[in-house]
Amino acid sequence: MDWPDGIIAVVKQDCPTCVLVEPVLQQLAGGDMPLIVYVQDGASFPTDVTQVCDDSSLEYSFHLSIETVPTLIKIESGREVERVIGWVKDEWCELVGDDTLGKALPAFRPGCGSLSVAPGMTEKLELRYGNISFSSRRIDIAELEDDSEACFDRGWSDGLPVVAPTEERVYRMLRGCSRDSTEVLGHMPPDLVSCTVEKVAINAVLAGCKPEYFPVVLATVEAALDPAFGLHGLLATTFFSGPMVIVNGPIRESIGMNWKGNALGQGNRANATIGRALQLIVRNVGGGRPGGVDQATLGNPGKYTFCFAEDESTPWTTLAEQRGFSRDQSAVTVISADGVQPFVDQISREPEGLVRSMAASLRVVNNIKSAGAPDAIFVVSPEHGRVFDLAGWSKEKTIAALQLELQIPGEELVRGAGGIPPGMPDSVKGKTLGKFRPEGLRLVRAGGNAGLFSAIIPGWPAIGEMGCDPVTKEVLL
Amino acid sequence: MSSTLLDPTGEVQAAQRTWLDRPQTLEGLTIGILDISKVKGDIFLDQIDELLQQQGLKTKRYIKPTFTRPAPLELKQKIVRECDVVIEGLAD
Repeated sequence: MDWPDGIIAVVKQDCPTCVLVEPVLQQLAGGDMPLIVYVQDGASFPTDVTQVCDDSSLEYSFHLSIETVPTLIKIESGREVERVIGWVKDEWCELVGDDTLGKALPAFRPGCGSLSVAPGMTEKLELRYGNISFSSRRIDIAELEDDSEACFDRGWSDGLPVVAPTEERVYRMLRGCSRDSTEVLGHMPPDLVSCTVEKVAINAVLAGCKPEYFPVVLATVEAALDPAFGLHGLLATTFFSGPMVIVNGPIRESIGMNWKGNALGQGNRANATIGRALQLIVRNVGGGRPGGVDQATLGNPGKYTFCFAEDESTPWTTLAEQRGFSRDQSAVTVISADGVQPFVDQISREPEGLVRSMAASLRVVNNIKSAGAPDAIFVVSPEHGRVFDLAGWSKEKTIAALQLELQIPGEELVRGAGGIPPGMPDSVKGKTLGKFRPEGLRLVRAGGNAGLFSAIIPGWPAIGEMGCDPVTKEVLL
Repeated sequence: MSSTLLDPTGEVQAAQRTWLDRPQTLEGLTIGILDISKVKGDIFLDQIDELLQQQGLKTKRYIKPTFTRPAPLELKQKIVRECDVVIEGLAD
């Protein structure tokens, strides 16, 4: 913007300091130096000054980067050369070159906040007057149309209400990260559409995320798009599974995630909306919808959202540490997951007995006759975890003991054994089979302090190169 | 007041795709039979293959490494090069 040489003052009538300097502005208006006064809240102030410009649109305040009123600016050759913020008598006098200004006024009074930086206003002004552009299609909603219903009508919802993705909300979301909005994170199946940071932001708005969750959402999408995760098959399968998100590191606390009571349940905005954002991206960007490419026979409630943080206050290594990250790195792991199968043991107080009890419950994942098929996560609650901690059992030792208990004689697994028709072929007789592949059993810590309950979360039976492997990505701010 | 929303979708709702022209007869054509590695797909496709061969038709068999992922590009290109039509067994 071009500014005329002279002096610019930006004020608002609602500011006591601006009212205090009204006689000074009147004195300046009568001086030799050209003056323009921009008024943010109506042009009837200051009185007896003819060079007043109504800036209730805040356009000039925005372009002048005003944060406080009054602000006095000196322009020479079209460029700003000096600025004084608030009423500082000496500095005003020096800027104008007149030491008679405001003789009767105190030496200093702080100013008030500019309306252009009021909460929520910055984004509005940047969109209106700044150099902001979006790549996505704009969709105008009619005056009588309800925003929320409009989103349902266009098929953008998972069945629950979504937050309408207005330009302001999407812009605020994008400011939650330092990445370029046009950056492509990968190709989202099943339609294999370029998934940009901007598309992720729009869907994070729909899901109800706060901007500070956005880096976690981006890392989640990057992890889900890693070929090792096999997202296409996971979203298409007739099986129950969907993606589950586990968050580690300092970001858990920064954004207020839950790893304590009801960690796998409802009630925490970050847990709920980060998981939901991923599913909405699959639905909207990738086109993976129930009844379409998503052919789930029953699905599971976790396909709305399934995200929690790990309790890192225990002696055990964390999931992210096991996967090569340090405790001071924030990381997101995506894993295929079905529903929660409760594990109850209110008696075992020694790790050996508790492991046997856990292993027996793990035997029934999918079917008591299945072996080597699904991976599973055991979410170990504080009261069960304490049994291992007090005995000095590490996570690694506990997993090894569980895997040992889960070596099953082939005779118990063959078709018809125990009067149960399904099973393995007779050729497994005489052999021992692992219920899970060696790396297929994972333990994480979470949950409230009361309750000798833990959770088994099995995943999609298609594992490894033939299906889905967990993927962990660092959260970059 | 009306409002403007940003489209959260992939914006690729494709224009209607038309079918390829259907052959009037299978005679003289090479028929690809693609097993996607779903359980028992081979039993179904073996019978299809046998029925086609009884009619004196030429078939070629292909198999995807896993049903959980899209067919590898090389396999798709091989089928395109070697066949005129394809039969694919999609379910268990």
